Amino acid sequence: MTSIAVSTTINGDDVEFLCRADETLLDVLRNRLGLMGAKEGCGTGDCGACSTIMDGRVVCSCLVLGAETEGREIETIEGMANGSDLHPLQSKFIEHAALQCGVCTPGFLMAAKALLAAHPDPTEKEIRFWLAGNLCRCTGYDKIVRAVQDAAAEMRGEGT
Amino acid sequence: MSFDATYKEKKLKSVGTRPLRPDGVDKVTGRARYGADFNMPGQLVARVLRSPHAHARIMRIDVSRAVALKGVKAVITAADLPDLTNGNAALYAILDNCMARTKAFYDGHAVAAVAAIDAKVAREALKLIEVEYDVLPHVVDVDAAMAPDAPLLDENLFTQGIDPAPTTPSNVGNRSEFGHGDVESGFAKADVIVERSYKTEQTHQGYIEPHACVASCNVDGTAEMWVCTQGHFVYRQTCADLLGLEVSKLRVTSSEIGGGFGGKTHVWAEPLALALSRKAGRPVKLVMSREEVFRASGPTSQTSIDVKIGATKDGKITAALATLRYSSGPYADSWAETGAMTSFACYDLENVKTVGFEVIVNRPKVAAYRAPSAPMAAFAVESAIDELAHKIGMDSVELRIKNAASEGSRSSYGPIYGPIGIGPTLEAARTHPHMSAPLGKNQGRGMACGFWFNFGGQTCTDLNISADGTVTLAVGTVDVGGSRASLSLIAAEELGISYDDVKAVIADTSTLGYNDMTDGSRGTFSSSMATISAARNAIVTMRERAALMWDIPVEDVAWEEGHAKAVGASYDNRAPLSVKDIAAEAGNTGGPIAGHSELVADGAGVSFGTHICDVEVDPETGATRVIRYTVIQDAGKAVHPAYVEGQYQGGAAQGIGWALNEEYVYGADGRLQNPGFLDYRIPVCSDLPMIDTQILEIPNPNHPYGVRGVGETSIVPPLAAVANAVSDAVGVRMVHVPVSPPRILAALNAKAKG
Ligand code: FES
Ligand code: FES
Repeated sequence: MTSIAVSTTINGDDVEFLCRADETLLDVLRNRLGLMGAKEGCGTGDCGACSTIMDGRVVCSCLVLGAETEGREIETIEGMANGSDLHPLQSKFIEHAALQCGVCTPGFLMAAKALLAAHPDPTEKEIRFWLAGNLCRCTGYDKIVRAVQDAAAEMRGEGT
Repeated sequence: MSFDATYKEKKLKSVGTRPLRPDGVDKVTGRARYGADFNMPGQLVARVLRSPHAHARIMRIDVSRAVALKGVKAVITAADLPDLTNGNAALYAILDNCMARTKAFYDGHAVAAVAAIDAKVAREALKLIEVEYDVLPHVVDVDAAMAPDAPLLDENLFTQGIDPAPTTPSNVGNRSEFGHGDVESGFAKADVIVERSYKTEQTHQGYIEPHACVASCNVDGTAEMWVCTQGHFVYRQTCADLLGLEVSKLRVTSSEIGGGFGGKTHVWAEPLALALSRKAGRPVKLVMSREEVFRASGPTSQTSIDVKIGATKDGKITAALATLRYSSGPYADSWAETGAMTSFACYDLENVKTVGFEVIVNRPKVAAYRAPSAPMAAFAVESAIDELAHKIGMDSVELRIKNAASEGSRSSYGPIYGPIGIGPTLEAARTHPHMSAPLGKNQGRGMACGFWFNFGGQTCTDLNISADGTVTLAVGTVDVGGSRASLSLIAAEELGISYDDVKAVIADTSTLGYNDMTDGSRGTFSSSMATISAARNAIVTMRERAALMWDIPVEDVAWEEGHAKAVGASYDNRAPLSVKDIAAEAGNTGGPIAGHSELVADGAGVSFGTHICDVEVDPETGATRVIRYTVIQDAGKAVHPAYVEGQYQGGAAQGIGWALNEEYVYGADGRLQNPGFLDYRIPVCSDLPMIDTQILEIPNPNHPYGVRGVGETSIVPPLAAVANAVSDAVGVRMVHVPVSPPRILAALNAKAKG
């Protein structure tokens, strides 16, 4: 099978890769580009562990074909921190113990980032529905919701 | 050196605080490496061929076309895994479950596996393997499997534990019995008797990370494996036994683990990866798909339980009886026995009897799931207690308080209790504001209690003091949810240094002595015990080094608050030596300083919890929402309270999923209908409210800081708490979990028809 050449932007950098027609963005990130932060929990769009942001929207990277990302802007967990400064969501997740095993965490952080970009001051209900596509089996979500609330407050400059 | 584990009350500086976890940054930046995040040079990709039949004799397997496919480097069947189990039935069951030998026992049972240069070739190769099956009648339901005319899975299975021994085979592997007193005379004294049958459906642990490993066997007989597991030492032992490897030549490294909850205490496909690597002469990576995780890795038992409880008018229980039938998949096991032990553990009973039956069925081999077997038994018993309270006209918390076990009670499974938390959690529930909050239309409230034993077990730990005085703690219990933080706190506490000066790591199987699994809530309990012991050993050495530095007898050196102190009037002018001071001189005083410890952690304190749940049921759709939830549980001592709360909340959420939605659905053909997260629906963020927690601390007398296990008890009460709440909301007793919309609607319809 012949490969497809794709030019895209990942975490602000120009990236070119070759992939087969049936490879997903998740396959490409993990197997071709060495970006292992997105996880495969299901491969069918049901768990959100593979969440990335494409042109500002959260997508399940297991449901996007690598070839579809031509000319797009992709954000992954590896690009979330600014150098050695963690994003407020990242800091608050650690601070609030919003992760146990942590395998769902990259996906939650991506989804929460997109949420806060759209709704800087979300209600608890908005948070819960925005994050409903991300499964966490460890935490019961309580501390995740609180971490997002706290990060949102900090990002609005309200501090805690 | 002997280690005194007795609890001593003292003021704690580090233990009980909430510092940031050491693996936090790796996990929020995507750097943490889980099972599937590791690769080796030249590695192959493995795929497993699985039976589409629930029960079938394997007549013939022809792999020749697969072997001939370009890019395929190895194909294995059961023939590549000779039986080395030497009559060990439990090990044989693991072997047969890894790869079907004569019969496929369930939909998803592995029959062959391939290793190829990439996933695409491996998938194509699977299609080229020809398997001829003789399809046999199957049975998936626990009650149906006990019927006299049920299809037999194993013609050589004769129920044990029955006198006289049966002369015909059946699907019942074992009968167990626990209890004391005389239930018949107890029932005779009862004014009120409740008697009911309950059923619970099979659920999966639902960890988000599928099983994954990379195995590499070398021609010289050494091998390595990277794997997500709750117990790399146990995986090493089991894999070595099954493959005929020397244990010490197999080095197993545990990856970060993306959830396990008991499901990663058993080996599944890891021996296949090793066998493929051995055959191909190259490293092999094997990652299960989500569908494989559901079809072929361990779910819980499906259960059917009868409970009979009698009490006097004023609410004193006179007798309690339970008969429990647990499915175990195709191999006889002991899940019902555990259920029978835990059933009435919350109560102080004069006459109690529980009987367990282990039932084999054409479903995947059952695996541990958080407090394994206890949630189902608690569902049945706590539902019956709730009904009893209604019948007597007594508040259900009061009824439980009246009958709660306490220090000195004989437990229903045998031992006499030490100080325990069931009474205190009930008292806390009685006064909790949740208990008296008003309820709206279509809403109901339920509560329930739960018990779990907690395990101790074999543990080995190394504590190394570096030249700058910072400490590396190497433990062999896998960190499933924050134990590196907790153990660092313990080491800091015992040495009297700062939490930030301790770095805990999980050592691989070649660098530390044997450790049991992280199961039975033992991770923090037992490794903290070993950490304290190792720290105390290091302190002995540091006192010796200080004595050398001061040139005084070691008996005159005391250890206080992280410092060696010279005790005695003549030493007045000597400033205490810190860990850093002593470490800096280590090269001149005898070399590196380390504390080692190996022990069997005995005396894990039993733990109890009480949960309160409010639900709202939509009478038109039967859909249920949990609107408020409170967990009250005894932790003994909460080492890192944030992660204790997390364990309470996570267990409650899993129990809520079990109670409301989660279930394995089988078709008439015995195939699993819902092997994916879309149709096997675990709770999502928008399904749940905040989960309130209250940590009680009733010290475990057998741990220096009073620690008990905390990880499992929280999944025990929710099935009953939720079902009791739904029963309250709809006015019908719900006896079958999950109480999914169809079951609620059926109950409402039956009520409407009278
Ligand atoms: S792996 Fe993409 S949603 Fe689960
Ligand atoms: S922290 Fe384990 S799945 Fe979310």
